[in-house]
Amino acid sequence: MTAVQHHWDTQDVGSTASGGGAVETHPVRRRRRRRLTGATPRGNVWVPWLFLLPAALIFLVFKFIPMAEGIRLSLFEVRPFLGDIFVGFKNYATILQDEKFLTASWHTLVLAGGQTLGAMLIGFFLALLLEGHAKSLWFVRSAVFLPVVAATAVIGEIWRLFFYPAPEGFLNEVISWIGLGPWEYIHSTDTSLVSVMFVGIWKHAPYDMVLILAGLAGIDRQQYEAAAIDGASTPQRIWNVTLPALRPVITILLTLAAIRGLRVFTEVYVLTGGGPAGSTDVWMTRVYTTAFEQSEAGLASAGSVLLFLVTLVLTVSVQWYRRRKEAR
Amino acid sequence: MSVNSSRFDSAIGWSTRPDAWISKGVRLLLSALAVILFCGPLLVIFSGAFDHNPDPTKLSVIPDNPSLINFQVAAENKIWHYLTNSLIIAGGALLLQLAVSVFAAYALARKKFRGQAIALLVILATMMLPEEVIAIPLSLVIGDLPLVHVSLKGTLLGVILPLGAWGFSIFVMTEFMKEIPAELEEAAKVDGAGELRLFAQIILPLCRPALGVIAVFGFNMIWEQYLLPLIVAADPSDYTLTVALLALRSDDMVGTGIVLAGALLALVPSLVVYLSLQKSFLRGITTGAIKG
Repeated sequence: MTAVQHHWDTQDVGSTASGGGAVETHPVRRRRRRRLTGATPRGNVWVPWLFLLPAALIFLVFKFIPMAEGIRLSLFEVRPFLGDIFVGFKNYATILQDEKFLTASWHTLVLAGGQTLGAMLIGFFLALLLEGHAKSLWFVRSAVFLPVVAATAVIGEIWRLFFYPAPEGFLNEVISWIGLGPWEYIHSTDTSLVSVMFVGIWKHAPYDMVLILAGLAGIDRQQYEAAAIDGASTPQRIWNVTLPALRPVITILLTLAAIRGLRVFTEVYVLTGGGPAGSTDVWMTRVYTTAFEQSEAGLASAGSVLLFLVTLVLTVSVQWYRRRKEAR
Repeated sequence: MSVNSSRFDSAIGWSTRPDAWISKGVRLLLSALAVILFCGPLLVIFSGAFDHNPDPTKLSVIPDNPSLINFQVAAENKIWHYLTNSLIIAGGALLLQLAVSVFAAYALARKKFRGQAIALLVILATMMLPEEVIAIPLSLVIGDLPLVHVSLKGTLLGVILPLGAWGFSIFVMTEFMKEIPAELEEAAKVDGAGELRLFAQIILPLCRPALGVIAVFGFNMIWEQYLLPLIVAADPSDYTLTVALLALRSDDMVGTGIVLAGALLALVPSLVVYLSLQKSFLRGITTGAIKG
């Protein structure tokens, strides 16, 4: 190796080392040093904003302006063509005292809770069943995942047909093999909410499965072996090794699912439309009815803002809790 | 790797030895059950769509009376028109979403500028803002766009534009672009490449894997849209296919098979996209959830 080559090698590798005058004028090095000190070359200040412009414009017009408009409307009695009247927090008071909204909020909590836990439990069992590297397992996993991909509206249509209340309905036929039914599913006020919950669990469980599988893959195999050597049974091993290791994944899943659950709309709207007799009415179907069937945009906006506040509090407190735990 | 590590390929400890018949049998049985439970209903849509049978109680996995009549009747109910609406919206919104995300990510990942932290925070805020929450005022904004005072009500553009920017895509793309080594950019700059050439010829080609992820997620998010097309529509002919299913079902003259034919048409594009970009999809779920 010649001396010249050697010189270039060191220059490339140790670019932060201060060199002689000849090195200082090398263009690559000058630029790199500027980057390191964080100074932007003059004239380029607007470039990043230009690249951000499309996103900013769309977010502004279709997210932030509607949000501001929603907050404004929630303080008004909205009267198309007559002019809106400022009513302060009256809309909020009306909603919080409205029996239908209160029932809807109860349904929303039950549905969100049930779906979240149900989907996670089934997802966990699926993950335990389908963990592994075999090609056949990969195939089964892909197949099981399909409900996540199918649009909710499509899923709603097929489950409505399955839920046909007569004894010769599809699902009633199936459960009669094991001596159950016939049930009325979404057509009876007693079972409608559970039926909607069931469809939600069916759609979301495979999603949870994928995340739990990712969590399972990250567990150190030697821990299992150590547990086996200590004479732990399979359930003990799952309980003492697997579950604690999955805790971060489970926290993420719970948060995502709870937020998703609170704003549930499509599932309920296509399956039952909130019926029968309001037995599956959730917060968003209530808001939708108030806005588009009763034309009470002010009331509906107040309902939306309330939902947003609950979601926000939930998200922020979970984030805060996670940060605090990580910091410990 | 230790000798019996194969025993713990899985948390349960499913045996992989060829002679472990019980373990294998149980697993096979349960897997079959899972596939039937989770795929069976979708299979019934296929069979029902091709079955000439108006009776909603007679569903099966194999058509009793195979025919295409459901699609013919569905065509009379403008099913192809709805599908076209859906496809135009999906194509347009997805292209827009990809472009917008890539542009925004380039600025966020490859540049240092004042206000960067705020920009990130604003995008994060949009992700915390559930679309359902702004649906009602959004319908008003779409009816009368600020400043320009144009109404997008009843247009496909009214559905496409609000879907054009998605925080999730921007974040996934940003994370990916951050990984690209700075040396490549430096070298291109030395060669005298301008900002746009740098972006289009150096950064963009390297982002193809991430583009797959955000494309499949974007498609899924757009195809899943229900409330937005519902509130943008001025009359039923503006509906997307998924929204039209409900209208189709509510029509007493329309039988089960026709609704299922529509459901099948709404199902197939999602299946095609998922099966062709499956790896991206599964990768995206895990990275997306952990970042979010």
